[in-house]
Amino acid sequence: MQGFRQPSVLPGFGLTLGFATFFLSGIVLLPLAALVLKAASMSWADFVAVVTSPRALSSYRLSFGASLAAALVNTVFGFIVAWTLVRYDFPGRKILDAMIDLPFALPTAVSGIALTAVFAENGWIGQYLEPYGIKVAYTWLGVTVALTLIGLPFVVRSVQPSLLEVQRDLEDAAETLGATPFYIFRRIILPTVVPALASGFTLAFARAVGEYGSVIFISGNLPMKTEITPLLIVIKLEEFDYNGAAALGFVMLAMSFVMLFSINLVQAWGRRRLVGARA
Amino acid sequence: MAGLPASAADAGSRPGRGTASALLVRWLFIGLSLAFLVAVLLAPLAAVFATALGQGIDTYLASFEDPDTGAAIRLTLLTAAIVVPINTIFGICAAWAIAKFEFRGKAFLITLIDLPFAVSPIISGLVYVLLFGAQGWFGMWLQEHNIDVIFALPGIILATLFVTFPYVARELIPLMEQLGNDEEEAAITLGAGGLMTFVSVTLPKIRWGLIYGVILCNARAMGEFGAVSVVSGHIRGLTTTMPLHIEILYNEYAFVGAFAVASLLTLLAVITLVIKSIMEWQSSKATGH
Repeated sequence: MQGFRQPSVLPGFGLTLGFATFFLSGIVLLPLAALVLKAASMSWADFVAVVTSPRALSSYRLSFGASLAAALVNTVFGFIVAWTLVRYDFPGRKILDAMIDLPFALPTAVSGIALTAVFAENGWIGQYLEPYGIKVAYTWLGVTVALTLIGLPFVVRSVQPSLLEVQRDLEDAAETLGATPFYIFRRIILPTVVPALASGFTLAFARAVGEYGSVIFISGNLPMKTEITPLLIVIKLEEFDYNGAAALGFVMLAMSFVMLFSINLVQAWGRRRLVGARA
Repeated sequence: MAGLPASAADAGSRPGRGTASALLVRWLFIGLSLAFLVAVLLAPLAAVFATALGQGIDTYLASFEDPDTGAAIRLTLLTAAIVVPINTIFGICAAWAIAKFEFRGKAFLITLIDLPFAVSPIISGLVYVLLFGAQGWFGMWLQEHNIDVIFALPGIILATLFVTFPYVARELIPLMEQLGNDEEEAAITLGAGGLMTFVSVTLPKIRWGLIYGVILCNARAMGEFGAVSVVSGHIRGLTTTMPLHIEILYNEYAFVGAFAVASLLTLLAVITLVIKSIMEWQSSKATGH
């Protein structure tokens, strides 16, 4: 192992790394390789036919469109929530802060049925939207609401630490020199939190694209209209169309890798910006 | 930031604070935050309990007498009892190797551990169907030997293992990196064995992070829906975990039953968050701010 790792007096490197890589390969990497192989065993024409069928295309539009909308909503409101939690003190702030992580811990099926109950036509919130002709449950709007809930903690938890970094003496100096609050926001606060916002946006978007449990209850699952891509994979599996499921799964897996790569790029960019600003 | 007043208490002494426009912005932000969080977070949470208890506490309790509900709870507990210890051992091993040593390919290994976070839960289930399903790579062999993986307990366990794989490791790696190696190196140099060093030097330091990682892993294992849904086959009373049972009851318009099971999982989520708060309070006490 010389040259592979730096020397250390601590024991257990081979054992722990060996077990971790072995388990990682068995549980995660080999099964994912099986999916890629299955998709690769199809002829190119079959593969293209499945992944560009009208039903698949409309499911991509919904999955990506609603994920994008939800990530944007989360970027705006996530910033407002993070700002409120960091800058202001009010009764119940600590409890609210702890609650932000709820979507991480709450099973997706539970958030799905709960959101449907709240946003249905006779639900607590849905009944006030219905007279204005706004239908949330069983439309793309409902999908967006569910994905907003799922992505919320990613943005808030990214932005909170960066807001603590904002130098408040700069804000005070700008204000005494006559800057307007909007100018201070644009020139002092925003530059510090933009990398965190970008990182939170990408994480929320990536999580939303693959989401299943919280969406299928509120979406209504109408083919071509409110059917997300993960649901289409499930339908293919229920029809025992393993090839079709594998082809769509491969497309989603490829998207996941692209997004994982983008997240790394965005975070590396954020770190460079921060170092550059401090130097 | 040293010497800078940063708390909300001294806001009045700062220039521009306490003016009418600053107050307006303050209440606007608090109001918008509350409205948003109530709509997407608090209302659904309250709706779970309101619907579960909507027809009285007796109806609520009676819904747990359904034998299929009992079976679903038992299956969920069994799955978590198998998955969580395995992923805990993996998490500790991965964190020890990654946080205590410098080696080539470390960043790549961390990315691979994060992979299940980035992959749709449906994919997590699908890969096992392609491996062990009737038409899968090992499907024929398993059938000849009468081994059920898909639509049975092993499939549910594998899918849950996949989905909850990173939680303990992700909680421990940053914590152990931050704590450094000095105390472990001292213990080893003074003649302690590897296991003894871990148990009496490292473990007390990472205790709260480990507990939170395990609890979060447990919450996700008990609540996993998409991946388990793909491999379970939805055989009522046999291969339905609690989240799958919620779906079945909900689709049968048995709302009290569905939300009653959901209320148990919601309580579990709330307990998870309480433990996280305790952990953060403990670690801020330890670092002294």
